[in-house]
Amino acid sequence: MTIHQLSVFIENKAGRLVKILHILKEGGIQIIASTVSDTVEYGLYRVICDKPSQAYRLLRDNGISVTMNDVFALQIDNTPGEAAQLFELFSQADVNISYMYSFLLKGKGIIVFRTGDTDKAREVISLNKLSFISEENLSEL
Amino acid sequence: MDNKSPYLHPQYETLSREEISKLQAERLQATVRHCMNVPFYQQKFKEMGITPDDIRTVDDVRKLPFTTKQNLRDTYPFGMAAVPLRDCVRLHSSSGTTGNPTVILHTKNDLDEWANQVARNLWMVGLRPDDVFQNSSGYGMFTGGLGFQYGAEKLGMLTVPAAAGNSLRQIKFMRDFGTTAVHAVPSYVTRLYEVMQEQGVDPRRDTKLRVLAIGAEPHSEEQRKRIENMMGVKAYNSFGMSEMCGPGVGFECQEQNGLHFWEDYYIVEIVDPETLEPVPDGEIGELVLTTLCREAMPLLRYRTRDLTRVLGRSCPCGRNHVRLDRMRGRSDDMIVLRGVNIFPIQIEKILMQFPELGSNYLITLTTDDNNDNMTVEVELAEMFTDDYARLQKLNKDITRALKDEILLTPHVKLVGRGTLPVSEGKAVRVVDKRKVYQ
Repeated sequence: MTIHQLSVFIENKAGRLVKILHILKEGGIQIIASTVSDTVEYGLYRVICDKPSQAYRLLRDNGISVTMNDVFALQIDNTPGEAAQLFELFSQADVNISYMYSFLLKGKGIIVFRTGDTDKAREVISLNKLSFISEENLSEL
Repeated sequence: MDNKSPYLHPQYETLSREEISKLQAERLQATVRHCMNVPFYQQKFKEMGITPDDIRTVDDVRKLPFTTKQNLRDTYPFGMAAVPLRDCVRLHSSSGTTGNPTVILHTKNDLDEWANQVARNLWMVGLRPDDVFQNSSGYGMFTGGLGFQYGAEKLGMLTVPAAAGNSLRQIKFMRDFGTTAVHAVPSYVTRLYEVMQEQGVDPRRDTKLRVLAIGAEPHSEEQRKRIENMMGVKAYNSFGMSEMCGPGVGFECQEQNGLHFWEDYYIVEIVDPETLEPVPDGEIGELVLTTLCREAMPLLRYRTRDLTRVLGRSCPCGRNHVRLDRMRGRSDDMIVLRGVNIFPIQIEKILMQFPELGSNYLITLTTDDNNDNMTVEVELAEMFTDDYARLQKLNKDITRALKDEILLTPHVKLVGRGTLPVSEGKAVRVVDKRKVYQ
């Protein structure tokens, strides 16, 4: 029900992001979605890609501070109010969202998020028969 | 050599305190007479109104003049030689980044005695001729290379002069040659371990390593423990300085309760760096060494600038040679920030307590808006979270712990693994960019 996401620690310094992108490129890794969030001194670069385990090893072996964790990726229709309706469900179940980002893929909205309460989130997803993306789907995207 | 004996030189290693004093008095008298071949010492003795005949006991060493690094620079290159140059077979020199370099000369006997000291140390930590010794230390002018090379060969080990750097090759050597002991500066051992991890090499499973010798770089007990945990073997602290010969001067025994300084080779004093008066045992002061066996360049009361203290003069290992604490830093690399005295080793000690952090760190001093500030950059070990809150909390915890230790609040900056400059010689830990107001 979840997919792997890579989180890379990057200092706010020229060239750090490029270095990481180059390593991924050399390894033939296809990035599906990514986001950089920052504080004053460092940022986290979060990446969804087609071969996460391979990308993780590649980055780690190149001396990059990287971690791999599981996030939910839900698919919604690209119409107004869909996201609101979706998060309403989680809110009612008292599931807190640590962070989320979204993107469009083949006309569908994809919402990626992480929560401290994975079990409850799974329950909400099954109960409401929400459409999710799993690890196996990733390489087909 | 009796492989079962814990001592390589039992006749010297197990001397009683009384015997040590007697031997030192004899050797000191000979050294002082030999120093009269050096114009620098002739002049000093004249100025102080003393002659070699005034020196009879070990305590008389206090009548002698001090020697400083500046004296060595002023007499560059050969002014401190006590024998003709044709009797010298080796020269080592410092880099001279802060003025004239210093030159240290050796006769054939000096090299032999130097090797004896290193061999004694390596034997003391349990190494025997069957061992394979990989010396991952800089060669060339840096004495850690040739010093350990000759000592390890003297002991009879198969010795691999791997030198510093090229970590992949180091690891290959360790595995292919069945290396059982490695000597390196502590920051390089950490680096080697990181590369091992990247390569999926487990030192416990994939190597025959059983002993590490680390030195030449001040390091905390916490860093030693961390290194021991990483590599799964004991790491013994080594002390040396090129002015005395190089490595070999002091070394930990298997008790790991301080470094035995070899008093058949040196007279050890700990003095207050300001007043130059001796400090009581247990109190921190500057280490001052007088050579007792050097032919080419005997040195009287050499001010090492290293800060340490006497821990004791006996040891369960059976050696009564003085035990000194690990070096607390140098009297000349103390940071004075807003009137507070800080040693980099204090900062290292705190950082090493956080398992989330790596071993590489850099202290930068700057002047911002007329205020002097300290920034501590430290590498993360493995990325342990993708949660900002936890990163921020770590940052805060480190800041608080540092403040408790140094009484100032430094600016702590987490950086990614492998982003701070890695040195394969001595690590640069402090960069001072402060404006100096005259």
